[in-house]
Amino acid sequence: MNELEKLEKRKKRTRHILITVSVLFIFLMLVLPLICIIASSLKEGFAFYIQSIRTDYVKSALKVTLLATVAAVVINTFFGLCVSWLLTKFSFRGKQVLATLIDIPFSISPVIVGLAFLMTFGRLGWTYPFIRAINQFFGTNIRIAFAIPGVILATIFVTFPYVSREVIPVLNAQGKDEEEAAALMGAGGLKIFFKITFPQMKWALLYGVILCTSRALGEFGAVNALSKTRGETFTLPLEIDALYMSGTEQSITAAFAVSSLLVILAVIILFLRNILEYRAKTRRESR
Amino acid sequence: MKRRFSKNKKIRVIPGFHLTLGITVTMLSLIVLIPLASVMVYSLKLSPSEFFGLLTKSNVLYAFATSIGCSFLAACINVVFGVILAWTLTRYDFPGKRILDGFIELPFALPTAVAGITLSKMYSDTGVIGKPLAALGIKVAYTHVGLVIALVFVGIPFVVRSVQPILEKLDGQYEEAAYILGATPSKTFFKVILSEMKPAILTGFGLAFARGVGEYGSVIYISGNSAKEHTQVISYVIMQKLNYIDYASATAIALVMLIISFLILFAVNIIQMKQAQRTNQL
Repeated sequence: MNELEKLEKRKKRTRHILITVSVLFIFLMLVLPLICIIASSLKEGFAFYIQSIRTDYVKSALKVTLLATVAAVVINTFFGLCVSWLLTKFSFRGKQVLATLIDIPFSISPVIVGLAFLMTFGRLGWTYPFIRAINQFFGTNIRIAFAIPGVILATIFVTFPYVSREVIPVLNAQGKDEEEAAALMGAGGLKIFFKITFPQMKWALLYGVILCTSRALGEFGAVNALSKTRGETFTLPLEIDALYMSGTEQSITAAFAVSSLLVILAVIILFLRNILEYRAKTRRESR
Repeated sequence: MKRRFSKNKKIRVIPGFHLTLGITVTMLSLIVLIPLASVMVYSLKLSPSEFFGLLTKSNVLYAFATSIGCSFLAACINVVFGVILAWTLTRYDFPGKRILDGFIELPFALPTAVAGITLSKMYSDTGVIGKPLAALGIKVAYTHVGLVIALVFVGIPFVVRSVQPILEKLDGQYEEAAYILGATPSKTFFKVILSEMKPAILTGFGLAFARGVGEYGSVIYISGNSAKEHTQVISYVIMQKLNYIDYASATAIALVMLIISFLILFAVNIIQMKQAQRTNQL
């Protein structure tokens, strides 16, 4: 009995220590930075805060960011659905290789993504002569590197696998029996998709879209290499960088004010994410 | 059995195979593969001596050492705290647990540049944490310590989120068996639970490490980027070369980084495949 009591006591002690360590770690590493951003952004008062998020630079950056994010989300959702359908409903040679290739953007430094687009569309890139020929022929002025299309392409690249990665495990767990039965009974592809597959994966899809949005809004390294004109091709993170790097006390506060916009979005995304995860968990358990 | 059946027969009942295959391959090539291939093609144009000459410049070598060393250290720290956090969040119940659990993902949701300027400000000599530390004579911002802290911040969700599901699945029976056989709790943890978690820990370690080596936004502010004190990370050096229009150096370094990240990705994939096989056998 004595032995057991001792053990219980030790278990309780470990429990207290581990909970304390965890709470401290999360507070110092994750919560405190958030508080810090908000505090720093309001350092010069609320009027200054409003003023610094209403400059023309910020407005233009917000526009570019939203444009790139919407493009990335639309394209990657479409692509993610195609990939998930392909990888979960069929087996074919090279499937594993394809799955690995799709995950490449996860493991590549964003700066290299920027470099890759420069080497493709920049002055030294192999498509440059074509672009120039087209521009001369039609009298247009199409530019990809150091212009909005480059920013959009880089954003699509870094968020490429986000939707498919969330949807594939769900579809894999569901199997393909229902789809096969429906196809044998004569249902068309779109009907199968909307009546059977889509309801199975809608939450995973939504979660993937949320992750994709959050990454697209905050992308910095890749666009930093491809976008150099403040007020024209800058995204919000680049504008934050420019403000912070100008180094005066006021511009640093302004940088935090602009950051707070992205922080609010990040917190909303975290919140949605947790609701979705909680839903998935309770649904699994009720089964 | 089922797979062999569908392979031999080559009959696909579900429609859309060619359509989705076509779209997938086209988009993958246009957006990911062709741009990456451009980097490789350009770097292969350099002669080997040129290539190694660019790579072995002292600031490039130091940047590689800084990036790899700091990421390794940060990933190790993340394994320790990641396991503790995952354990606390799955095994114990306490008020506010769900909120804490939600915060784990913050580094994924927060833009890297925002994380970078915030950490840099917090740990500078006038910041919330930097000030008391400076009074103790510890300098964090603009040193390797600051770099490691930023990388711990970025990497922590990878470890927690790969370990958590395994801990949730591990039911009490192993622990009970170990206890009945007379093992002490610490022995049970290190011999039984830890060995079950090993693949997940390695996966989390690999992902955090890979992310750290290529990290840019969250480290460039706190690191100070001093060539003299070797606090430049490798992605900063690439960006610097790009700004000086030194594409040869940038692509040479990028090629080495691509190889490193492919190797890590490959290792993680092998670990995950082995893990999947093991769980299937059970």
